[in-house]
Amino acid sequence: MQDTNRKLSLKLALGAVAMFGFGYALVPLYDVYCKVTGLNGKTDRIGLEQALTKKIDRERWVNVEFVANTAGTLPWDFRPDVTRVRVHPGEITQALFAARNTSNAAIVGQAVPSVTPSEASLYFHKTECFCFTRQPLAPGEAKEMPVRFVIDPELPARIGTVTLSYMFFSVPDGGTPRTVAAAR
Amino acid sequence: MSSNISIPVDGHAHHDDHHEHHPRGIARWLFTTNHKDIGTLYLCFSLLMFFVGGAMAMVIRAELYEPGLQFVDPNVYNQMTTMHALVMIFGAVMPAFVGFANWMIPLMIGAPDMALPRLNNWSFWILPFAFSMLLSTFFAVGGAPAGGWTMYPPLILQTGAAFPFLIFAIHLMGISSVMGAINIIATVFNMRAPGMTFMKLPMFVWTWIITAFLLIAAMPVLAGVVTMLLTDKFFGTSFFDAAGGGDPVMFQHVFWFFGHPEVYIMILPAFGIVSQIIPTFARKPLFGYHSMIYATLAIACLSFVVWAHHMFTVGMPLAGELFFMYATVLIAVPTGVKVFNWVATMWRGSLSFETPMLFAVAFIILFSIGGFSGVMLGLAPVDFQYQDTYFVVAHFHYVLVTGAVFAIVAGVYFWLPKWTGHMYDEKLGKLHFWLSMISVNLLFFPQHFLGLAGMPRRIPDYNVQFAGWNQVSSIGGFVFGVSQLIFLYLVIKCIRSGVKATDQVWEGAHGLEWQLASPPPYHTWTEQPVVN
Repeated sequence: MQDTNRKLSLKLALGAVAMFGFGYALVPLYDVYCKVTGLNGKTDRIGLEQALTKKIDRERWVNVEFVANTAGTLPWDFRPDVTRVRVHPGEITQALFAARNTSNAAIVGQAVPSVTPSEASLYFHKTECFCFTRQPLAPGEAKEMPVRFVIDPELPARIGTVTLSYMFFSVPDGGTPRTVAAAR
Repeated sequence: MSSNISIPVDGHAHHDDHHEHHPRGIARWLFTTNHKDIGTLYLCFSLLMFFVGGAMAMVIRAELYEPGLQFVDPNVYNQMTTMHALVMIFGAVMPAFVGFANWMIPLMIGAPDMALPRLNNWSFWILPFAFSMLLSTFFAVGGAPAGGWTMYPPLILQTGAAFPFLIFAIHLMGISSVMGAINIIATVFNMRAPGMTFMKLPMFVWTWIITAFLLIAAMPVLAGVVTMLLTDKFFGTSFFDAAGGGDPVMFQHVFWFFGHPEVYIMILPAFGIVSQIIPTFARKPLFGYHSMIYATLAIACLSFVVWAHHMFTVGMPLAGELFFMYATVLIAVPTGVKVFNWVATMWRGSLSFETPMLFAVAFIILFSIGGFSGVMLGLAPVDFQYQDTYFVVAHFHYVLVTGAVFAIVAGVYFWLPKWTGHMYDEKLGKLHFWLSMISVNLLFFPQHFLGLAGMPRRIPDYNVQFAGWNQVSSIGGFVFGVSQLIFLYLVIKCIRSGVKATDQVWEGAHGLEWQLASPPPYHTWTEQPVVN
């Protein structure tokens, strides 16, 4: 009796420990799930060579809109130079965003992108983006920040407008955020 | 189920006196490994927490009695809502069910004690530490946690000195419930009396096994997700911090992966208690015993695939909304099976309405109301209107107060004569029931109207258009609060004195626990009964 109790409780305790681990495993699982399905509007990064291989579809126009926001109390003035461009799928396009630190302190920011509709994020590739790295701005400093992207010609025909949104977050001092470049 | 039982002489009261050697006074309670003592400790602790959490609810209802700010400032108000939820969920409802399990499962299955008595002592005595730690945060710099019991980041990360106390208190509660769950499973799997097969187990035992598995699967996920909050705040990780590559919505996904099974953890044992009471006072066996078990299993399994219905408005793709909506509404089917089974058990029975039966019948009716508003909330398109309104508050109080708490109170009335050896005061019991029944509906039903009209939760002030129903709700709340003092008085009175209860207590009661003396001797079933 004692022995069977011990064995069963050990198994159940292992189950509990495994579920603790599963809670942590949910984090990368969601990341993978979002990447595969394009949910969450995360965009992917491709090399320039790969972008150049996309066939340009001159017949088709896609509207790309830009939205810029700052989170919470980040004292930055952040906006796109143009709010909307028309592009051909397959064409490499550059857009510029301008950020200015309006405070008296040096601040490091991290931009987080999101694409709407989320379905389109699977077809929205970036070769270069200011969101790939953290952006330090000295007090009063202004900076032009480029993003270079290509819309995949495979973009479903019913999608005529894609919105690319950026939100800048301040990176806390002394924090060691995990690297984000790969995911963006 | 078990009508044919042979009881060894040793299992009976008067031959057991020589076993009752145990420490007296405080040492008895500190060091006890006896399942009845630990059950009593759990139930007393739960009652204490019920009044602590209830006091916070009184503050909330007093503040909402009129529009404007009267008694507390908004931060204190939000501390009240947050702590009320944490105390009631983890301090009142869950320990009450573990208390019932400790007291009744060994008696019901013919086991001499729980399988792991020392672990049992430990799982109880962790709780007072956990809750002292949690409640001490009222004196911390910045006050108690005020970001809601769901602890969504980034808001909860703004909590002051209370934050690590909150996280470690939750860790302790989790450890306590997982140990309790392991103990219950080990007891039922290994300690059943000869002949007590799984398909003969009383429904209360069945619902508890399933609950125990839910606890083992869900509580560690909560422990994990609050640990992530802790490391996000103090150790520079960025699980939920967008600046560092995390995602605050991720928290909601992982939290509700625990959170939805948690709501069934708080209701399945209630189903079990009601399934013991209804047949007793209908004087008929439980209708559809097998379907009841399968329905409970179905509910438990489905509870792991519906979590996102708590977060329909975060911006999910259509396919996600549809999946979680259909899965959620599907749960109404096994739940309906249970409700119909209880009604069918009462159908053409020789009904009598002692207090436990009154609470059990009220449970069926009022829990069903909470179930229906749950189906409404589960419909994604309309949830956009209901999200974060008082409609949600009305819904979960119908399932948790008139559901879980009513079942707990029913269970206490049902088994109190067995535990104490005295009948409780039936007149006071009926008074307690009718006052509670009327006031609880005054308290929560108007909150449906308020929610549909757009009153948001977790805000101490409101538009004057909501004043009327809030006043009704507050009056209901005060009456409900005061009525529970009758219950406290009745329980104390019953422990001290009362008409001697018979062994069977209730005319229609069947099962091993009713074969024992009332109160049962300190050690029972030292020689296991044989169930034929």
